[in-house]
Formats: sequence, structure tokens, C-alpha cells
Amino acid sequence: MSICTRPCLVLAAACVLLDLRAAGAAAEIPPAERRSGYEFMGRETRAMQDDDAGNPGLLWVLDGEALWKRKAGAADRACADCHGDARASMKGIAARYPAIDAALGRPVNLEQRINACRTGRQKAAPLAFESRDLLALTAYVARQSRGLPIDIAIDEPTRPFLQAGRETFYRRQGQLNLACAQCHDDHWGAKLAGSPITQAHPTGYPLYRLEWQGLGSLERRLRSCLAGMRAEPYAYGAPEFVDLELYLMWRARGMKIETPAVRP
Amino acid sequence: MARAVVTLPAQARRGEIIEIKTLAAHPMETGFRRTQLGELIPRDIIRRFVCTYNGAEVFRVDLHPAVAANPLIAFTTVATESGTIAFQWVGDNGYSVTETASIRVE
Amino acid sequence: MTTRREFLVLACGAASITAATTAKAQIDPNQQALRKAAMQDALRRVVGDAPVRRGRVKLQLPPLIDNGNSVPLSVAVESPMTAADHVRAIHVFTEKNPLPDVVSVTLGPRAGRAGLSTRVRLADTQTVLAVAQLSDGSFWSDSADVVVTLSACLEEGLI
Repeated sequence: MSICTRPCLVLAAACVLLDLRAAGAAAEIPPAERRSGYEFMGRETRAMQDDDAGNPGLLWVLDGEALWKRKAGAADRACADCHGDARASMKGIAARYPAIDAALGRPVNLEQRINACRTGRQKAAPLAFESRDLLALTAYVARQSRGLPIDIAIDEPTRPFLQAGRETFYRRQGQLNLACAQCHDDHWGAKLAGSPITQAHPTGYPLYRLEWQGLGSLERRLRSCLAGMRAEPYAYGAPEFVDLELYLMWRARGMKIETPAVRP
Repeated sequence: MARAVVTLPAQARRGEIIEIKTLAAHPMETGFRRTQLGELIPRDIIRRFVCTYNGAEVFRVDLHPAVAANPLIAFTTVATESGTIAFQWVGDNGYSVTETASIRVE
Repeated sequence: MTTRREFLVLACGAASITAATTAKAQIDPNQQALRKAAMQDALRRVVGDAPVRRGRVKLQLPPLIDNGNSVPLSVAVESPMTAADHVRAIHVFTEKNPLPDVVSVTLGPRAGRAGLSTRVRLADTQTVLAVAQLSDGSFWSDSADVVVTLSACLEEGLI
């Protein structure tokens, strides 16, 4: 018993219980019952998110604001040179991502969109995933959508990618043979190793996770989930990931953006 | 890059107690964590925070590794006179950050 | 065939199991005894032989915390904060963290109110102690019990 930790035991027990349910019985959460991860946190953690002067994510947003104005690359251009004041030009943008990139013919997430601008417009090197600069810029851009409802448009070109993301969400994966839906559609509100299982809506990314003691992206969080399920985490920016993010954002449509959120 | 953020009122009545909230960007590495290869990550923390009001020290905090990353320090001070309230964070590896704010006291 | 990258990912998973095993929410009783003694030493360095009375100090922590990595903590001391009667210092200690000291505040009448809000790391379910030193040399204290379901620093680095 020494190798198995408490969370591992709990997940294994969860597997056994969940196997008894009919295969594919996972039902989507009715729109009226959707709750942000915010509502599953303690009062003090919620206060940390709400406190504009004390939310640690503010440090990255301020960095992002500085980067927005900084000239970069061979083109010697700042984001501001094309996009002006982010408070106006970036309002509503994060609420629509992931979105189809016309040139690639497939959805990209906000981080990839920022990097496309860096390489294509600024003629600068792309920023590494989870680098402080990319997180800061993404947080700054997404912060401009705070309070706005998530608005993922599903049209003919986007539909196959949404379907691929949905299939990932419902597919059993990893050594524990768990699907995302089994916890996050069927057992949200229950406890796993003492912590509440949320509905897994990405309303506040990039967010300050107390476990990380820092700001991180949705993909970082998903990689932690996959590692916890003993499944192979997808590479940052992998198509499987972006399709899943697209599905998760669509699943959270209408819910308000909270960036920069705070989560346990 | 944002090294610290301070929030306090720009003006106050003489004798009023004002609230000050400060946030510093710092990992507060405890010195107890290890890398995946088992090597100890050395301690790197903010050791001291000092607030001065027109040069006079009004509040000081000695921090230890038990303080969480990106430390929040919120406290109060009496608005005695107009001038400059300065904040300094000092820590390991030559870390030193200063922020100032002006206050008008009527 | 397991590629090098796959091996590293699996190893990360295995390492996080190991890390979780050693950091499970029960610190070894021998370790606990040593840390409790360390807290008593830290307390003695501050108060010496003087008595510490309960009262005047209010230490606030969430009783059940979301994550031990960042726990909001507030300490306030009842005091007129005049030149004649004020709080000189506030100290916070823990009994189960690797080190007993958390913060020490040095202040005086210019603070207006004796208090501090910050965020701390707590390694296990435990009792946290706040001690205030008044201008008359007396010591007052308060303690708070917290339940920590996830100890600080379980997820090691970027996965």
C-alpha cells in the first residue's frame, strides 16, 4: 500500500464506481446548472480573486501591459502600433478563442494567435509556451474581456474540430481509464482527496493557481489533469489540445470571463 | 516589468488611518523544494519589507520562507502630513525593490 | 518502444506519486515533535521567560483551506496605539512547518492600527500562533487551528 497515495486510491475507487455506470451515460451539464470554478472555492480564495489590488495575477497583467507597448522584432513594432489601446481593441477577443486561423484552416488558441502576430507581423521569435512574457501578454489581452460572456461561434469550418474536442472529453484515457466527463460532468461537486471536483469551465485563464504559486495557462492545467489520470499529456499547442480547449470553451459559452482568476 | 504594486489613497484627512496594500512579484523559494533529479533548490526569499513616511519608518516586516509567493502585505498608517510614502523590499541574492507614492494630507 | 520523452513523462508521474507519499497530510510523529520544539525555541527567543497571556490578539485564518501554498492570514491587536500604550511587535509562528517563524512585524503608534494581512504557507493541519509585544513589555497571544487538505508544494514544477 506504500506506493499508492491517497489521491491515487481515491481515483482508483472512482474508476470502479464509475465503471458500474452505463457506458456513454455521461450527460452534459444543463446550461442553467453550470457553475464557475469560482463557486467551489473558499470565501478567502474568492476574495483574493476579487481584490484588484491583491490578486497576484495583476503582476502578470501589468507585465503584459508593458510588453504590449514594447517594440519587438525585425519589424520594430509593438502590439500597440497596430492594435492601439488594448482596452478597446482587445475587448471581447479572448471570449471568442480558440478561433479558426484562416491561413492554417484550423482553430488556434490565444497564445498561438499572439505568437502568429509576433512571427508574422513583428518578425520576432515566437514566445515559448508558459514563458513569463507569453503568459503576461495572454493575461493582459484576456483581462480586457473580463466580465464578458464566452462566445464561441460554431460554424461549418469549426464543427469538426469541436467534435474532435468533444470526443477527447468523453474518451477514457490513461492508466486509470478515466474520461474527463466522468468527473466533470457526472461527479462535479463531489470531493476528490478533500478538494471539490469542479465542472472544469476555463473561464479565468490564464490564472493564478495556488498550487503553482504562479500564473499558468489552460494547457498547463490540462497537462496536470492528464498526468494525474496517468495519461500522456499532449504537447503544448498540439491539435488535440486546441480542439479540447475549443470544446471546453464552447461548453462554457455564455459564462463570464474572469481572467486573471485565482484557483486552489 | 512589474516588480511590486502598491495601493493606497492619494489624499487623506490629517489623523485619518489609511489602508495600504502591497504586492511584490517574488517566488519566495523556501529552500526545501527539490528538482525532479533530487537537487535542493536554494532558498531565495524577500527577507524584509520597510515602509517609511517622509523618511521615518512606520512599519517593518521580517519575512520567512513560510510567506507565500508573490507576497501580499496589507497594513495601516496614520496620515500625518503630505509627502512621500516609500516601500522597500530587500531579500536574498541582492534583491532590492523600492516603490514610492505621494500623499496629500489636509 | 518508449521514447525518451514518454519515459520522462511517466517518470514525472511516478515522482509525483512519491512526492505525494512523503508529503501526505500526516507529518512523521518524530518530525512533528522536533518542529514543535523548534517553535517553542523560537517563541522563547522572542518572549524570554515572560508569561504570554491569551487575549487582545485576534488571529484569523480560514478553518478549512483550499491550498496550503497560499493561505490568507490576518492578525489584529486591540490597542489605542498611542505613544504611552501601543503594540511594538507582532510575531506569527507555526508548529508543523519546517521552520517555526512566519513573519515578525515591527511597528509603533504611527501604524494607527496594530495589524497585518498577508498570505502564508502551511505544511499540514496545525495550530498557528500569533504573539504581540506591547509597549509595557507584556506579551499577548491568540492561536487558530487550520485543516490543510493539500500540503504546500505537492506539484513539483512545470509538467
